[in-house]
Amino acid sequence: MEQLKTIGRELAMGSQGGFGQSKEFLDLVKSIGEARSKAEEERIVLLEIETLKRRLSEPEIPKRKMKEYIIRLVYVEMLGHDGSFAYIHAVKMTHDDNLLLKRTGYLAVSLFLSDDHDLIILIVNTIQKDLRSDNYLVVCAALNAVCKLINDETVPAVLPQVVDLLAHPKEAVRKKAIMALHRFYQKSPSSVSHLVSNFRKRLCDNDPGVMGATLWPLFDLITIDVNSYKDLVVSFVSILKQVAERRLPKAYDYHQLPAPFIQIRLLKILALLGSGDKQSSESMYMVVSDIFRKSESTSNIGNAVLYECICCVSSIYPNPKLLEQAAQVISRFLKSDSHNLKYMGIDALGRLIKISPEIAEQHQLAVIDCLEDPDDTLKRKTFELLYKMTKSSNVEVIVDRMIDYMISINDNHYKTYIASRCVELAEKFAPSNQWFIQTMNKVFEHAGDLVNVKVAHNLMKLIAEGFGEDDDTADSQLRSSAVESYLRIIGEPKLPSVFLQVICWVLGEYGTADGKYSASYITGKLCDVAEAYSNDESVKAYAVTAIMKIYAFEISAQRKVEILPECQSLVEELSASHSTDLQQRAYELQAVISLDAPAVESIMPLDASCEDIEIDKNLSFLNGYVQEALEKGAQPYIPENERSGVLDVSNFGNQDHHEALTHSLKFEAYDLPKPVVSSRVPPAAVASSTELVPVPEPSYAREIRQPASSPSVSDAGSLELKLRLDGVQKKWGRPTYSSSASPSSNSSSSTSHNTTNGVTQVDSVGTSNSKARDTYDSKRPQVEISQEKQKLASSLFGGSSKTEKRPSSTNHKASKVGSHASEKSQAPKAAVVHTEVNHEPVPDLLDLGDSTSSALSVDPFKQLEGLLDQTDVASNVNHGTAKTPDFMGLYADTSVSGLSSSFGDLLPTNRDEFNLTSELSSATRTAQGGVTQINKGPNPKDALEKDSRVRQMGVTPTRPNPNLFRDLLG
Amino acid sequence: MGIRFILMVNKQGQTRLAQYYEYLTLEERRALEPEIVRKCLARAEQQCSFVEHRNYKIVYRRYASLFFLVGVDNDENELAILEFIHLLVETMDRHFGNVCELDIMFHLEKAHFMLEEMVMNGCIVETNKSSILAPIQLMDKMN
Repeated sequence: MEQLKTIGRELAMGSQGGFGQSKEFLDLVKSIGEARSKAEEERIVLLEIETLKRRLSEPEIPKRKMKEYIIRLVYVEMLGHDGSFAYIHAVKMTHDDNLLLKRTGYLAVSLFLSDDHDLIILIVNTIQKDLRSDNYLVVCAALNAVCKLINDETVPAVLPQVVDLLAHPKEAVRKKAIMALHRFYQKSPSSVSHLVSNFRKRLCDNDPGVMGATLWPLFDLITIDVNSYKDLVVSFVSILKQVAERRLPKAYDYHQLPAPFIQIRLLKILALLGSGDKQSSESMYMVVSDIFRKSESTSNIGNAVLYECICCVSSIYPNPKLLEQAAQVISRFLKSDSHNLKYMGIDALGRLIKISPEIAEQHQLAVIDCLEDPDDTLKRKTFELLYKMTKSSNVEVIVDRMIDYMISINDNHYKTYIASRCVELAEKFAPSNQWFIQTMNKVFEHAGDLVNVKVAHNLMKLIAEGFGEDDDTADSQLRSSAVESYLRIIGEPKLPSVFLQVICWVLGEYGTADGKYSASYITGKLCDVAEAYSNDESVKAYAVTAIMKIYAFEISAQRKVEILPECQSLVEELSASHSTDLQQRAYELQAVISLDAPAVESIMPLDASCEDIEIDKNLSFLNGYVQEALEKGAQPYIPENERSGVLDVSNFGNQDHHEALTHSLKFEAYDLPKPVVSSRVPPAAVASSTELVPVPEPSYAREIRQPASSPSVSDAGSLELKLRLDGVQKKWGRPTYSSSASPSSNSSSSTSHNTTNGVTQVDSVGTSNSKARDTYDSKRPQVEISQEKQKLASSLFGGSSKTEKRPSSTNHKASKVGSHASEKSQAPKAAVVHTEVNHEPVPDLLDLGDSTSSALSVDPFKQLEGLLDQTDVASNVNHGTAKTPDFMGLYADTSVSGLSSSFGDLLPTNRDEFNLTSELSSATRTAQGGVTQINKGPNPKDALEKDSRVRQMGVTPTRPNPNLFRDLLG
Repeated sequence: MGIRFILMVNKQGQTRLAQYYEYLTLEERRALEPEIVRKCLARAEQQCSFVEHRNYKIVYRRYASLFFLVGVDNDENELAILEFIHLLVETMDRHFGNVCELDIMFHLEKAHFMLEEMVMNGCIVETNKSSILAPIQLMDKMN
């Protein structure tokens, strides 16, 4: 019907093309659509830029034409070319009275400009005007623009109007006003900190759309400060209950599920509020359990809601019944053929094992399947899970796997990430020094350039200090094995620089320590390194210093020093180096070897890298010199804190504060003094300002925990009590200390950690496991997959199908629990069916404080829909009469041939989705009412019309890209 | 924030619609788009519809020749985003009737308007098709 109108309009206008656009536009779209390569597309766009520049310089461009130019400009920018030559025309179009032009202008501007672009200032005035418009669509357009274009500096210009719009009679306006306020909060929390209560108020809005939008800012607020919103738990639970009981208008249903996106948002909020809070959690159990039962597992969206339920369950205070429901869903996800569901299952499992570690065991084979899947996404998710369940009994298998994967990939971002994970796990759970050194060697060898330099220093420190126990033999064994492994590796080509530095350092310190290798052997190796990496100055520096140490140790041990010829030449080369650092090292080496044993020993004591060096901080050895100078009449030194002028440091802050105020733009008339002046200052972190002016205020503790990321929306009351320093830039303050974790997540993670540790039983399981692994290793060559998998499973999970053989009591117990759970999982499934039938909406549960709940069921767009449906009927009749069977046959032919040529193209990505779409195309359409159904679905007439219309316009589906005409929904 | 960007890209890797919810410069977009498009288009059909990319995820879905790519933060519900894409396609389908790639190309601004109704500040704010389409239909009537 929409298109019929368009066609009618086109005919009436008598223009050359369809869709209300000029031939030029159609040609542009056509040529872009049919471009075969990026280069061709590039050519077209460059040509288009020239055309546009020409056209825009013409005088008196009609408005409609201008709109088209702007959209062509959107194309230019979208395809990656600079369109800044015409930004000003887009800005001008926002001033237009015509709504379509205005909105297109706003759209273009928000696509082109960042919120600190100079041109924005020209739009602020228009936005202000439009926010006052009588036409609510104009107001909506302006609010859309507000969300994209207003930055912290311009917030005050529109803030009062946006706040007024929160009470607008049109729900669409209220919704967008909420989101505008949300945007202000993101941009500059201090500017709206006094308005936060509006979000609470709008949560009770009559319109579900407004309520749904409010959940976003509330989610952000609750993330920062859970405790201030505990009172809303009851409201959220009651809203969720009403949503789940289908109290919202049908129009919010998606694939037969009531407002699933709102359900998901609410579950996310509940997860935050219930975390570590038994009382709040208890009030959620009922509704979450209900949703578990009600969400259909046959649709993607049902599974999305179920997944969110699991996230919620694993975050709130644990409840056995819910955990069981979650476990059932997880097991269904993991058993599914869909990779998407497996992925969600692995993720959910990772969340749940924090609370009930035993659940992993029943899924071990599924997890290993995912680990060995060629799909990278799934593999990485599985590594994430393994990382969470690593303990000292399985660390070897897991880290080995991770390293193998790390070696196989090229994506540096992820390589870095997984390398740091390996290092972390190795440091935490290493079963032996030997293994630790070997693991670190592998990590450095393959990702040395990517790991943090700190890791290298940690490794050196660890080798020098040993594992902390006072066991010298163990420490020297560790060092010997390190030296040995490095001598093995050192010949490999292209080792990362950081790794070579570690190698050189360790060889220098401990190369000759156990007497196994001679000084000349080690120095020879070090010379080779310096030669092979002659471009890397820091490696050379490490090498030459290591050589110096070896010689020094030889001298102090009263052995004769033989300097190798290559060593001699290296020193000579370096003493003429461009790098002064290398020069100095070379000269130092030469100086050291010419000294006698006692002198060398005091310069280069053996294995003293960890000894504390005493530093005379007061520089007392200079006292004589100072005294002499004073006697000669020099000025005495005044300590820094006694010097004048420094006292003012804290005042700088305030000055800056004033400056910030005067610098910011003023948008409203001067006669309105605002009580909250500082609301317009930039969103600097409140937390750091505490450094300057400590305010004894208990609520601060909360704020400090969330630095920079999201400063303070503390309640208005407390704000008035303390100095407003929000806008002060912290140029002089020390960086504030930050503990990133919020208190709730802190506590939850720590408890979960405890439980894992409690279950692991490090010693007994560890030994039995390593045995299992041994056999696994020996059997590996015989490619017997299931066997191998089971072995892997047992080494990963500590329990396996062969649990009986092992007399480990804990595992036995755990597997019992597991099988118990899986038995149970059968029963409730059957039960669900019954309960669902029986389920009836419980008579009115909880209203949200006012009489809104009854109004909730009224669909604000019902009337509009009715209108539309009527037009549908009319147009359908037209369709019926216009029907010509011949054309239909034609169309069917072409479409079928297209279909068979690339059948895969038509199918959505996987089988699941395919079912879904076909199911949907009938299901949702029936839901929309019988009238629309005729119109929808695979309707040849509709497509035919479009096809012929497009042909008329000169756009023929030529071979290069027949896909342009393909229905997206198949 | 939730959604960082929404891209529509065809099988040849040509961009058909791009909406970013955090501003990226032209150069950044030019660098980002080919990289993620290559990543997603290279994947087999039975593989996950999710790809990790740097510090966020891309959820993608294919309809005929057109790929819908949505970049989301790591704590977003992937399946829900997958269904959000479908909701978007359904909405466009309701408006255009048997929507195809060419509809989006010819009515780029309308496709954007729909997105503006559905997503603000990277948050999904409206999922009611009638509410999404009402302003667009009213605007059509006025013109």
